[in-house]
Parts: sequence; C-alpha cells; structure tokens
Amino acid sequence: MQGALRQITGGNAFTVHEMQSASGIVVREYVSTAGTVFGVAWQGATFPNLRQLLGPHFVRFQQEADRLVRARKRRGPLNVDLGDVIVQSSGHPRSFTGRAYLPGLIPQGVGIDAIR
Amino acid sequence: MNRIIIGLLLFAQQVAPQSCGSSSSSGTVQNVVPLALNVGPTGNSFNVAFATVTICPPGQSTNCQSLGGVLVDTGSSGLRILSSVLTVSLPRQTTSAGARVVECFPFQDGYTWGSVATADITIGSKHATNMPVQIVGGSDLPAAPDSCTSSGTTSEDTLDTLGANGVLGIGLFRQDCGAACTFSGSSNPGIYYACSTGGCQVTPQPLAQQPQNPVWTFASDNNGVAIQLPSVPAAGETQATGMLFFGIGTQSNNGLGSAAVFTLDADGNLVTKFGQTSVKGFIDSGSNGYYFLDTATTQIPTCASSKDFYCPSTTLSLSATNVGVNGKSSTVNFGIANADALSSTFSVLPQIGGPFASTFDWGLPFFYGRIVFTAIEGQSTPGGVGPYFAY
Repeated sequence: MQGALRQITGGNAFTVHEMQSASGIVVREYVSTAGTVFGVAWQGATFPNLRQLLGPHFVRFQQEADRLVRARKRRGPLNVDLGDVIVQSSGHPRSFTGRAYLPGLIPQGVGIDAIR
Repeated sequence: MNRIIIGLLLFAQQVAPQSCGSSSSSGTVQNVVPLALNVGPTGNSFNVAFATVTICPPGQSTNCQSLGGVLVDTGSSGLRILSSVLTVSLPRQTTSAGARVVECFPFQDGYTWGSVATADITIGSKHATNMPVQIVGGSDLPAAPDSCTSSGTTSEDTLDTLGANGVLGIGLFRQDCGAACTFSGSSNPGIYYACSTGGCQVTPQPLAQQPQNPVWTFASDNNGVAIQLPSVPAAGETQATGMLFFGIGTQSNNGLGSAAVFTLDADGNLVTKFGQTSVKGFIDSGSNGYYFLDTATTQIPTCASSKDFYCPSTTLSLSATNVGVNGKSSTVNFGIANADALSSTFSVLPQIGGPFASTFDWGLPFFYGRIVFTAIEGQSTPGGVGPYFAY
C-alpha cells in the first residue's frame, strides 16, 4: 500500500511491518519467516484499501459481506468467515479497526490475537 | 408497565404525564420525541430505535415530508435519507467549480454513497435550518469510485441494505467527518468527492458544509442527547417505546441526575474489560446487540444457524467494566441468551449478542432500562465539556 513504513518488529515466528498512510490509516502486515503475509490489521478514520490488502480474497469477502448485510440480522461489527480467510471490521465513523488473516498460514505457536 | 411510568415520573418531574412529543400548553418542555422500537420499514428489524423527522426544502414550511423509520445512531453524526423514500426536492451541494458534492461515508459494515444536500429539518419541536444532509443512493448518481468501494463493504443505498429509511446520527461529534476532511492533499481521508462528467475526485469539505449532527445546530438544547428506553423482560417483547431528549442539563427533564460521566479518547472510545481482556469499547445505539470477544475467550459457543450470534445452552449472566479516560469505572451486568431460542417475531431482544474479537460494542440492549447521555464535542454540560457518554 501507499504509505510510510514506520517500523518492523517481531520475534522468531513472524515479523510485523507497520505502515501509515498519509491520511493516518495504520496497517500492520504479519509476515512469516518464509515471507508469507498471513495477516493484516488496520485502524483509522476510514478503511484501508482492502482490494489491495486482500488481493485474490477480496471478491469473496465483498460477496459474503454483502450477503450478511442483506440478511440484516446483525447490525454491528462485521465478521466474515470464509473458512480459509477471516475478515473482521469494527468501529464507528472516525475510528475503524479490523483485521484479515489466513488461519491456515498462521505460524505454529502463534495465536490469532497476535494479529491486531 | 409500572416500571416505565415510575421512570418517567422520576425523570421528568415537572412534565404532566402524557405521551412523548405531544404538543401541549405552555410550561411543558418541548425537547422530547418518542422512539419506536419495532420491526421498522423492512419488517424484520430488532433492537433498533426509530424516530420521525420532518424534511423541508430550505426556507419552506409546506412541501415537507414527515418520515418515520429513521434509525437513531449515537455512533455517527449527520442525517442521511434514502433517495428511494425521499419525496422532497432538496438543493444539492456543489463546489465553486460547479461539480456535485457526493459523499462516501463509512460505517463498520457498509458505506453510504450519496449527494450532500441542504434541508430544514424538524425533529419534534426542534429545528435545524439550512443543514447539510446526505441523500443516499439515487439513479442520478455517478458510480462510487474505487477509493470508496475498496473497503469491500456493501453500499447501503436501499431499504434492503440500509435496514431503515434513514440514519439520524446524533453522536459525539459536530460534523460527520470533521477537521480531517477540510484539508487538501493526501492527508484527506477521502470521504467527500467533487463529481462531474470527468469523474469523482476527493475534495476538501469545509466543516460547515459537512453533514451536521442536527442537535448541535439547534438554537437551544444543543449540547447532547439522552436516550431513555424501558426495561424489557428477558425474553424480549414485540415492540417498545422510548424517549429521545435533546440537551443535557438544559431543561428540568434532561439533567444527568445520578449518571456517571465517562470521558473518551479522541476517537470516541472508552476501555472495556471482560475478565482478563481489555479492549476498546463504544456505546452505539446503531448496533443491535452486545458484540464482544469470541468463543475462545468467553467459552460461549456461536449458533448453529449463524456464527454472528452466541448460543449458550442456557442464558448467561455476565459482566464487564467500562473505564473512561477520566478514570471513571463501572461494572455493567448483562445477559446473553441463546439467540436461536429467541422469538423471531419480537423486535426487542435484550439478551442477544455475538462475537467480535477486538472491540466491545455496547449496542441498543445496553440502553434498555437506562438513560444514556451522549455529549457533543466542545459543548458545555453540567458534567463537563463533551465528548462523553454518561449513564
């Protein structure tokens, strides 16, 4: 994504690349030692470009998010579980937060709550 | 029923017991409107509070539209009306170069794409004059640009997708976007667009031209709101009625009383602690349940019918603690029932919830049996300067 790389942190199992767009959206990419991005997390006043971040998974996310909204059961944070990809979005105008991850690619010993 | 009457008498001692929002003799306070909790214009809403707004072209008091089924949202600011239900012609905002101003406004599960227009709005007896609003959808709109659709969420421009005739955003902030949208260049979050035959480009939008929190624009009772909803039986109810008060501590009927003030971070969040877990929390009448954590942390299974809801085998009594930036702390007790066992014809369900890992969304059930105050940024109240929640 367009943005300044702010920092890289991490441990044995993965690295976190944190970027901030000019409009203040912070995106963190979680990268395994093999170089695979297994998760992203974001926060900001609007959404990051998920078309870019989710790549080939974007269309399926878009379709399932649409189906959930049209079913109109839950009004609240969006939880899109596609099995191989999970996308979650929460917040309210001025403060959105979310993450997307591929459960099958999370490194051994790393919990889902590491992606945030 | 007794509880509702007692609540009204305690809260509005100098008001003769009568239906909310009715016109009356002088001496009766005119800052209250009723809230309807029912299935709404889609026929399948639950835990949504609807209000009625009157929409007039600026400067007119005839040719107006009285529109019900408008969702009351403490999580956003600004009035948004579906183009498909609007019967009044409102002047559309244009840039100095003559381009139409169209807004891509994000919510947590979708966005509204539509023209910024100007209207005179009346809610009960309160007037907002020459106020920017958003008209959502419409056949004359250009397609939403990639920078809008790249969120991947759904365009909520029909009754089907929005779930209401409109959204009445009466939350913490004065305008829907705020200062960030007034700047040119890449720091602009990209919510307002100037649209012409050449396409839509992000445009800076001065504060006064952004959709406003209507309450802030009232001549009086303009520092915030209080929402009072009745207590509800655990299994729920077919429907209910509540009240929306304008102003905090401005009349005899809208004082804070024993409510505690929770100040918020710059984004409008407090901290919510559930067991060992601490997350951002927010109080949001536009959400329809308690949305928090996940099965792994809570040990509450989700439903066979939907992963969006919790389905414990029996109703659970839970608690979580809200902490304001000011250090004010209070524990909230709430129940989570098996969502699949709840009545599908009730529109008021106090014990419905579902998972969400990184935030605690106190949706409308939090408001049942409470008076919840939302103070607007920069406005003075007896409890301090907004923004804050109090309950």
